[in-house]
Amino acid sequence: MVTMAVQVAGNAEVHIPLRINLQRVEARRKLRAFALAVPLLLFILITFIFPIARMMFDAVHDNTLLKLMPQTAAALSAWDGKDLPSEGAYAALAADLKHAWAQKTAGAIGKRINFELPGAASQVASSSREANALSTGPYKAALIEINPLWAQPEVWAVLKRGGSSYTPSYLLRSVDYQYGPDSQIVALPTDSAIFRDVFLRTFGISIGVTAITLLLGFPLAYLLATLPSRVSNLLMMLVVLPFWTSLLVRTTAWVVLLQSNGVVNDVLMTLHIISQPAELIFNRVGTIVAMTHIQLPLTLLPIYSVMKTISPNYVRAARSLGAGPFYGFWKVYFPQTIPGIAAGCLLTFILCLGYYLTPALVGGPSDQMIAYFIARYTNEELNWGMASALGAILLTATLLLYYVYNKLVGVDQLKMG
Amino acid sequence: MAAFPYASPIEKGWRYLHRLICGMVILFLIGPILTVLPLSFNSIPFFAYPMQGFTLRWYQEFFLAERWQTGLHNSVFIAISVTLLSTILGTLAALGLSRPHFPCRAAVTSILISPMIVPVIITAVAVYFFYADVGLLNSYIGLILAHTTLATPFVVITVTATLIGFDHSLTRAAAGLGAPPITVFYKITLPLIFPGMISGALLAFLTSFDEVVVALFVAGPEQRTLPKVMFAGVREYLSPTIIAAATVLIVFSIAMLAAIELLRRRSERLRGIRNN
Repeated sequence: MVTMAVQVAGNAEVHIPLRINLQRVEARRKLRAFALAVPLLLFILITFIFPIARMMFDAVHDNTLLKLMPQTAAALSAWDGKDLPSEGAYAALAADLKHAWAQKTAGAIGKRINFELPGAASQVASSSREANALSTGPYKAALIEINPLWAQPEVWAVLKRGGSSYTPSYLLRSVDYQYGPDSQIVALPTDSAIFRDVFLRTFGISIGVTAITLLLGFPLAYLLATLPSRVSNLLMMLVVLPFWTSLLVRTTAWVVLLQSNGVVNDVLMTLHIISQPAELIFNRVGTIVAMTHIQLPLTLLPIYSVMKTISPNYVRAARSLGAGPFYGFWKVYFPQTIPGIAAGCLLTFILCLGYYLTPALVGGPSDQMIAYFIARYTNEELNWGMASALGAILLTATLLLYYVYNKLVGVDQLKMG
Repeated sequence: MAAFPYASPIEKGWRYLHRLICGMVILFLIGPILTVLPLSFNSIPFFAYPMQGFTLRWYQEFFLAERWQTGLHNSVFIAISVTLLSTILGTLAALGLSRPHFPCRAAVTSILISPMIVPVIITAVAVYFFYADVGLLNSYIGLILAHTTLATPFVVITVTATLIGFDHSLTRAAAGLGAPPITVFYKITLPLIFPGMISGALLAFLTSFDEVVVALFVAGPEQRTLPKVMFAGVREYLSPTIIAAATVLIVFSIAMLAAIELLRRRSERLRGIRNN
């Protein structure tokens, strides 16, 4: 305010209109407010948004072949892809293989080709070694002599596609498609098509856990919302207590409980419900039980907070107008809880899609969700293109659902206000 | 729900069934933790009841074995660094965001909050690829930066919450009375947002202290944190020491979150905001 007054006075002789002056002050204020957020904004952009954007980019970007086999890529740019390429392309290939041998990059080339042509890695490596001994052409016969791999049109199709820095191969593979021998897109053979199952499983487990948390959470939320506050606060603490302990600790508790000689099996056997230990862990049962336990408070709390706002007078009015207790509940109370149900269920569903820790510790090999495969391609198979593609799909799904969630909850808050 | 004296027997039956179901759900929620924790005092290394005897040897192992102590020290060191960094960055950003003149508030807020929304496995893998390029893998600084990213949204949210209903005429009055901006901050703003800052700091500490997935990817053997040691233990050999460690973690986080809740209530009382 003080600065503004001084400004106006100081600039009086130049006759700057008040409107412009006010705009300037406004802009300066905006800038000052923004400057406070700049350090964190930059920090998040550099350490979080940029790495994630790069991961998304890596899902479609791969210049391994273009970088490591530049001559072949150039020689193949005019190739029509029908017959085997001409002597010139083979000469370029021989030169690239020699170079790869000298630079020790044959392994990387082999790995990249192996992704689309399984089994090619060792042949590329050995060809590179033997090509190093070739001194003069013609190279076509010599290379085919070294390894029949180079007489296959498929490998040339891979090399030609490698001439572009962008490839949909990883995304295609994530949904169980690949390039066929003539560069057309075909479905993967059923024995190696795993991702459709993985996505279905991820969706299935998430929907199952969401449904169970709703079934268990709704009655409890209703009780908590309708009990006198002294009792309900106490019960609320019991609901929030597990929510306050870390995911790892809760998962560990389930591993201990569900073991074949663990407490749950002990109790079931003492009660003569089962005669020998049931398989409760490292399978679907354990995964769903542990995930339900972890997600239950997150489904319950939004439902509870919506129920708290519903006046008991509505149901009372319905009852006094002659509605039975169930009719009154179903027609008058339940519809008003739907925003809470939608918010709680959507939140749980979104969080379930990305579960890694719990299935990894409590589930078996056939219960692993998409996150496990992202981790596996990163750490074990070292195929970062695949990890990025699967990650891009999971992230896109999550963000879309969050957008819906935001719309939904935002609209509800308007209504409640 | 008050018990209607004129409720029919069927309705009463339903009400008891409802209570029974709720009792079982609460048992399901709280049972696992309450069942497992006492097993850390079991004198034999089995995870079943009845317990054979009382012992503190698993706690002794936790507090004396080098593997666990290194993990604990690393976790505390990393979590404290994360707390300092994220409290400073988060508080500044929250102060900016809650000024009435902040441009593109919605967009900036969603960027600052995004680490909470993105599945942690995506964060872990993306940061892993990034660190592989810039050479921050297997370093303390890398893990601290990654955890700070995950922790700052909590600080931004808690501090912004204490600034809701913040009366900007207070700072203007102080400035009008001649206080320089720094004095205004220390004398007016800071005391008002302090409970939110502390809550945010505690949440940031817990976020880093409990975090395991990102640590699994970007931390090397030298930065083994407590959750990492626990994770390896659950995977390889489940010993009662793990439950002792879990018990320590639970007691620790409950103490911290209780402190946060108390601070929140105190702050609301001080600022005259009432529930309902």
